Amino acid sequence: MISTDIKKLDAKIPAGPLAEKWENYKGHVPLVSANNKRRIDVIIVGTGLAGASAAASLGELGYNVKVFTFHDSPRRAHSIAAQGGINAAKNYRNDGDSVYRLFYDTIKGGDYRAREANVYRLAEVSVNIIDQCVAQGVPFARDYGGLLDNRSFGGTLVSRTFYARGQTGQQLLIGAYQALCRQVALGSVKLYNRHEMLDVVIVDGKCRGIIARNLLTGQLERHSAHAVVLCTGGYGNVFYLSTNAMLCNVTAAWRAHRRGAFFGNPCFTQIHPTCIPVSGDYQSKLTLMSESLRNDGRCWVPKDPADTKKHPNEIPEEARDYYLERRYPSFGNLVPRDIASRAAKAECDAGKGVGPTGLAVYLDFADAIKRYGRDTIAARYGNLFEMYEKITGDNPYEVPMRIYPAVHYTMGGLWVDYELMTTVPGLYAAGEANFSDHGANRLGASALMQGLADGYFVLPYTIGAYLSKEIRTGPIPTNLPEFERTEKEVADRIHRLMSIGGHESAESFHRRLGKIMWDKCGMARNEKGLKEAIGEIRTLREEFWKNLYVPGRSDEFNPELEKAWRVADFLELGELMCIDALHRNESCGGHFREEYQTADGEALRDDNNYKYVAAWEWSGEGAQPVLHKEPLIYEEVEIAQRSYK
Amino acid sequence: MKLTLKIWRQGGKYKGEFVTYQLDNVNEHMSFLEMLDVLNEQLIRQKEEPIAFEHDCREGICGTCSLVINGRPHGPLKGTTTCQLHMRMFKDGETIVIEPFRAKAFPVIRDLVVDRSAFDRIIQAGGYVSVNTGQAPEANSIPIEKEVASRAFDAAACIGCGACVAACPNASAMLFTAAKVSHLALLPQGQVERKRRVLRMVAQMDKEGFGRCSNVKACEAECPKEISVSNIARMNREYLFAALASETMA
Repeated sequence: MISTDIKKLDAKIPAGPLAEKWENYKGHVPLVSANNKRRIDVIIVGTGLAGASAAASLGELGYNVKVFTFHDSPRRAHSIAAQGGINAAKNYRNDGDSVYRLFYDTIKGGDYRAREANVYRLAEVSVNIIDQCVAQGVPFARDYGGLLDNRSFGGTLVSRTFYARGQTGQQLLIGAYQALCRQVALGSVKLYNRHEMLDVVIVDGKCRGIIARNLLTGQLERHSAHAVVLCTGGYGNVFYLSTNAMLCNVTAAWRAHRRGAFFGNPCFTQIHPTCIPVSGDYQSKLTLMSESLRNDGRCWVPKDPADTKKHPNEIPEEARDYYLERRYPSFGNLVPRDIASRAAKAECDAGKGVGPTGLAVYLDFADAIKRYGRDTIAARYGNLFEMYEKITGDNPYEVPMRIYPAVHYTMGGLWVDYELMTTVPGLYAAGEANFSDHGANRLGASALMQGLADGYFVLPYTIGAYLSKEIRTGPIPTNLPEFERTEKEVADRIHRLMSIGGHESAESFHRRLGKIMWDKCGMARNEKGLKEAIGEIRTLREEFWKNLYVPGRSDEFNPELEKAWRVADFLELGELMCIDALHRNESCGGHFREEYQTADGEALRDDNNYKYVAAWEWSGEGAQPVLHKEPLIYEEVEIAQRSYK
Repeated sequence: MKLTLKIWRQGGKYKGEFVTYQLDNVNEHMSFLEMLDVLNEQLIRQKEEPIAFEHDCREGICGTCSLVINGRPHGPLKGTTTCQLHMRMFKDGETIVIEPFRAKAFPVIRDLVVDRSAFDRIIQAGGYVSVNTGQAPEANSIPIEKEVASRAFDAAACIGCGACVAACPNASAMLFTAAKVSHLALLPQGQVERKRRVLRMVAQMDKEGFGRCSNVKACEAECPKEISVSNIARMNREYLFAALASETMA
């Protein structure tokens, strides 16, 4: 069912030994002179860690930057919700960390499905990120000597995670936001808040601008630039219930995909092991409990399914199964996320799940409280414990937390080369919006690292390679026929959404899509389920375009219209995710195909046939997308069966 | 649970008025915003215009949600945003009054949605450390006493929601502005621009039309992140020193 026209994707990986690639690249990349930068316009879409840091840095360099956010303020972007921390190979603990080890852990954690050169560069610049953020005034945790503190995260044996209580994402984003605000005040960046990008404009094969909707007036606007950077986050909300913020969506990336940007590994989704379980049908989102809790919390279920309805404190030690410690003695509770999630699901599937729905396991702090005292645990996780109690009404100091996996992050995203450029010249993707660094599974505390690496330290260099050829282009007029045509297509689609006049809300369609995705393209997938899902999504999409109801008008502030457009895009993306999951006949990282597992239930990779990035090309509505393969070549790392035992 | 909701509607066919809604199927485990989702779903089914309200992370950290609930910004629970408020805090049969954050500097956009971009302009006026990407020294070359870093964090925990303004009888933005001034004034990185920062931020705050502080302290009481009014005292000191210094310099 899939046509496999194998076209070589040029990842533009620099030559030379891995450890020298980035230095060499920086030494030879063409530069744009200061007086020419003034004549070059760059559009950044999104103001999370990647977008805000890129906009600030490019503004500092002297480019004319326009930055767009659909929020009322750049500070609302979902990066703000990241709790645990940010990795960096500083080796402040003297515990054997190094750039190479962070690189290796990330490649291994990603189950050997990430590009070596990108990941090595990420590990290299990680140290600069911490310096930059500290200089901005980010209040990282410190020890009594006044120096920076670290904690451990899953999938590593060193302590390299920098943190700011349980609000690391907030503090890093505020740092980037303030740097952005400074550029706005200086006039080098123009901020468009409450503006949503609804399409990219391609002129002569190059990305030359965007069509944005002013969300207050509904007016469509044309904005031109010599390059466009999408920093628009991940698409976990295709599952409806996820830990993502409610407004996170795939629209910018999906619209770019439809205009020629290939989508990389769309089925690679991260299911985070420690989230508060679903409680009812009205539920709008799921809440994450930081991975850092697994430093001190122990996961267990009752050994006997008959005990699952008992109060946890009445179940004696010998009747408990600390299943992660049993199965993975060397990493124990700190195995990577994909493994911890699957293990929790396996216990629940075996009838050992706890709580009213049977879809939960315990995360227990009793031992840690006994060992370190309640005050120490409160200092480490106090805000998380409070949040848990607010939502569930239970006190985790007294009763073990109940947790269950939930969709959290998408490793897949727009395919980009080493320079972070998509397959459309002049169109870049950074942060979670691209596919590049995490392979099939992201390690904890690496999302913040990647967002800021891309925005502060990668893009400002790599974008020059392209823009140095644009210095003679001059300003790009927005009255070109391509702008006119694209704006009309956007207006027509809005009109179509508004005029269906059916009976069902966008929210309701979104929930239905989410259920299909979670049941059949979630934590475990199989051929039969995926084929069914593809059919069900197509049917749902048809129903959407016949029975959607959007209240209000299009020329006014209308959150329901915004939602409808985003759900329409999710309905297309969902199908591509299932197609990708179906074609990948192996299990790796977060992609677990039930047909491909070892005797003890671990993911069974097929390196002979699937050691590549699947980059999908849009080929029109209702048509099969075309698969392109970027082979993954490992020069440095020896590929092995991933083991955390 | 059954609830009566009196909700402020403004825009579309509504000139600015309270409209009463009955909601019969409220579960006590729902969050407050999920309760409004249920109401909106009901309104859409009846082809009525749903109520516009802002929200995003629903984890109490993005600062997007707002609402004055029964007269209190973010509702009755201390240290909690509206999105983290659950219906178990309310009684069956209760009447709940829901309004937008009201302030001259926060014009209403529609229903419960207001424009808080004045806060961004206050930060743009000086709420940053001027360090370009690449200029930073080695992170551990700036040791900061744990206690100082912790106090700076307490101020930096502000989510920019605007509850302080909505709570204040003068609609003052002192707590918001002071939190940022304090965060940066406490840290060694913020020293170079310390004086200029406070003067500019306070000037911008006044320009946006926020009121004066008259020590009511409602801002601290309603702040979902429990930012202390001691930050306002610190900002006043910073301002006084900076103003005196600039006069001396002039």
